[in-house]
Amino acid sequence: MSIKVYYFASLKEHVGSSEHELDFIQSLTVTEVWLQANAELVLPRNTLAAINMEYVEWDSLVSDGDVVAFFPPVTGG
Amino acid sequence: MAIKIIDQPFDPYQELQLYQNSTLAHQGAIGATSIFIGTMRDFNQGSQVTGMSIEHYPGMTEKQLALCVEKAQGLWSILDSLIIHRVGTITPNEVIVLIAVWSSHRGDAFDATRYIMEALKSTVPFWKKECLETEAERWVMSNTSGYQ
Repeated sequence: MSIKVYYFASLKEHVGSSEHELDFIQSLTVTEVWLQANAELVLPRNTLAAINMEYVEWDSLVSDGDVVAFFPPVTGG
Repeated sequence: MAIKIIDQPFDPYQELQLYQNSTLAHQGAIGATSIFIGTMRDFNQGSQVTGMSIEHYPGMTEKQLALCVEKAQGLWSILDSLIIHRVGTITPNEVIVLIAVWSSHRGDAFDATRYIMEALKSTVPFWKKECLETEAERWVMSNTSGYQ
């Protein structure tokens, strides 16, 4: 299975990249996606996660072809 | 309903006029128009701010804005709405966001406008990075918690 992972704003700077591609064999949760993609990095407090542009919980399962995004609290308006 | 994300300065009054003249449905039923315009301040959290850049998540931004409007439509009677939000580089006094809601009655228009604005600030994936007078840059790290 293969997914894309995007990072935005301060989290993009923290990770040092705007995106990763990840291949895996068995189902992963959103937490496990972060750990596989960024094993060396502490996950900043309050980080939000989305799958296919919808907010999800950290125990949500990721499927083949999904787009996962990690980002800090939003500050628009 | 219209949602626009733009990377250039815009005149909110001109946009409203254009929308009212060309797109607005339900003309005869409208009894109230409520408008919120947010502009960039030159100060924040005790610092002078000389500019900012706004990043967003294309696609999810529009999806979440549509969801804000959909939720407002479930709570109040709305005839139409227009949302425009800036991204990219912005300087003080420029407009960041325009929200307009048309309804038959003022209560619905007022409340829905405020709801959409508060929902935008707490759920729509925009992020501000400020340029300070000292030439340092900093991400704005927190926002308000939504409509209350």
